[in-house]
This record gives sequence, structure tokens and C-alpha cells, in this order.
Amino acid sequence: MSMIELKYEVPGDDFTRAGEASSDVKRQLKKIGYSPDATRKVAIAMYEGEINMVIHAGGGEAYVNIDPDKVEIILADHGPGIPDKEKAMQEGWSTAPDNVRSLGFGAGMGLPNMKKYTDSIEIDTEVGVGTTVTMIVYPDGKKV
Amino acid sequence: MKVSEVAKVLHSEILVEGNLDEEVLTACGSDMMSDVLAFVKNQSVLLTGLMNPQVVRTAEMMDMHCIIFVRGKTPDQTILNLAEMKDMTVLATPYRMFTACGKLYEAGLRGEE
Repeated sequence: MSMIELKYEVPGDDFTRAGEASSDVKRQLKKIGYSPDATRKVAIAMYEGEINMVIHAGGGEAYVNIDPDKVEIILADHGPGIPDKEKAMQEGWSTAPDNVRSLGFGAGMGLPNMKKYTDSIEIDTEVGVGTTVTMIVYPDGKKV
Repeated sequence: MKVSEVAKVLHSEILVEGNLDEEVLTACGSDMMSDVLAFVKNQSVLLTGLMNPQVVRTAEMMDMHCIIFVRGKTPDQTILNLAEMKDMTVLATPYRMFTACGKLYEAGLRGEE
């Protein structure tokens, strides 16, 4: 059992609401006085993940487990899956439609940013089934 | 410089008043939010021409406290309400992005080196 366990539904049909879960996690981490660096890294990585879930997968669920020595973020969707994980991790590579770019995203920076701000990232994906991204941030983890 | 000076330099309208006495040192200008999210070093001011609530969310995740909408655009009430909830200052300047950034640079604000 983690010290704090949070669960959120990420709605897939409303781009304006994307980020609400990340915002709440940030608020909760601030409230308990978590490391400001780690708090910001968790917020950014999870926010990019939420945006991805809305853009590509029609939403999903987010689970966040907070412990004194780590924060674990699990983002699970039932979207189309990622056919080529290696390409998806490259900066600038994107399959997002043009209308997403007009919203300020879809520049191929989502997964690279998630990797950059976390101490570990695992992507479990199957085409046609969905994707689960598990990220861990340590309060004394890497500096960015 | 203070947020109130930023507003003055850019001849901005103050749409949401947060802490105008707050000291800001660095700024970032972009319409791509993922580019803003890619550089994390204590930037305090976001200049953008993008008009959706994700601008406020991005600023929130980055701990930025002042958003400047360029090119004389006025954001809708949803955006302003969200910024108000997050205690941010929202400004609207008639200047275009390049000019607005240049004026702030000239006044002493810096970007990511």
C-alpha cells in the first residue's frame, strides 16, 4: 500500500479538460510538502501523458501512487496502441492529426518529454488493444 | 522586473490580476505547448498566441505565474477563469510575438540560455 493512492478517469472527448488529473496530483503533492523538483517533474510528465491519452486514445484511467521515496504514475488507455515504440520516443516524430497541432500539441515531444522528466518509463502497448505507460519519479532523482 | 513592469513595457491590458509585484527573471515565447514543457528552468512568463485552456495548464505545470497573449487577441472566459483559479496574471498585448519578446528582452528579461 502506498501512502496516497489516487485514481482518475481521463475523459477522451473533451480536450479542454485534459490536464485536470495532473493538476490535482500537483496540488496534492504540494499540500503534503513533496520535493518541489519532483512535484514539477511528475506534473509535466503526467500532463503530457494525459494529453496523449486524449489525442490518441479516447481517454483512459490514471493511477498515481505517492510514497515518501517515489511517485509512480500509471496511465492506461484502450486506444489503438503504438505500432513502433522506438519511433514514438524520437523527438519530432508524431502521428497526431493537424488539428491537434493547432491546439499547441502534436509536435512529437510528448513521450520524449515524459522520458526526460521521469527516472523510469515503461510502455506496454499492443496494437488494437491499448497502451499502459508506467513512470516513476524519485524525489532525489535525476536533475533536468 | 516586476509583473506590473512587464505589463507596462508591453502596453498590455490586465485581464486577470494576480500578484503584480512578483519579480520575474525569465520568459518563454511559443505557440507549441510541448516546446514550453521541454525546458523547465524557472521560467516565469509565457508569451503565446495560442488560445485554449491548455495554455493555462501548461503554465501551471511549469510554475509560471504570468501569461501574455500576443497580437491583440483576447482569450475567452473559460481561459480567464482557470487562470484566476491558479492565481496567475493574464495580460493581452497588441504587439506581435517577435516584437513583444524583443521589448521584454530589451527591458532585461532573459530566456533559456
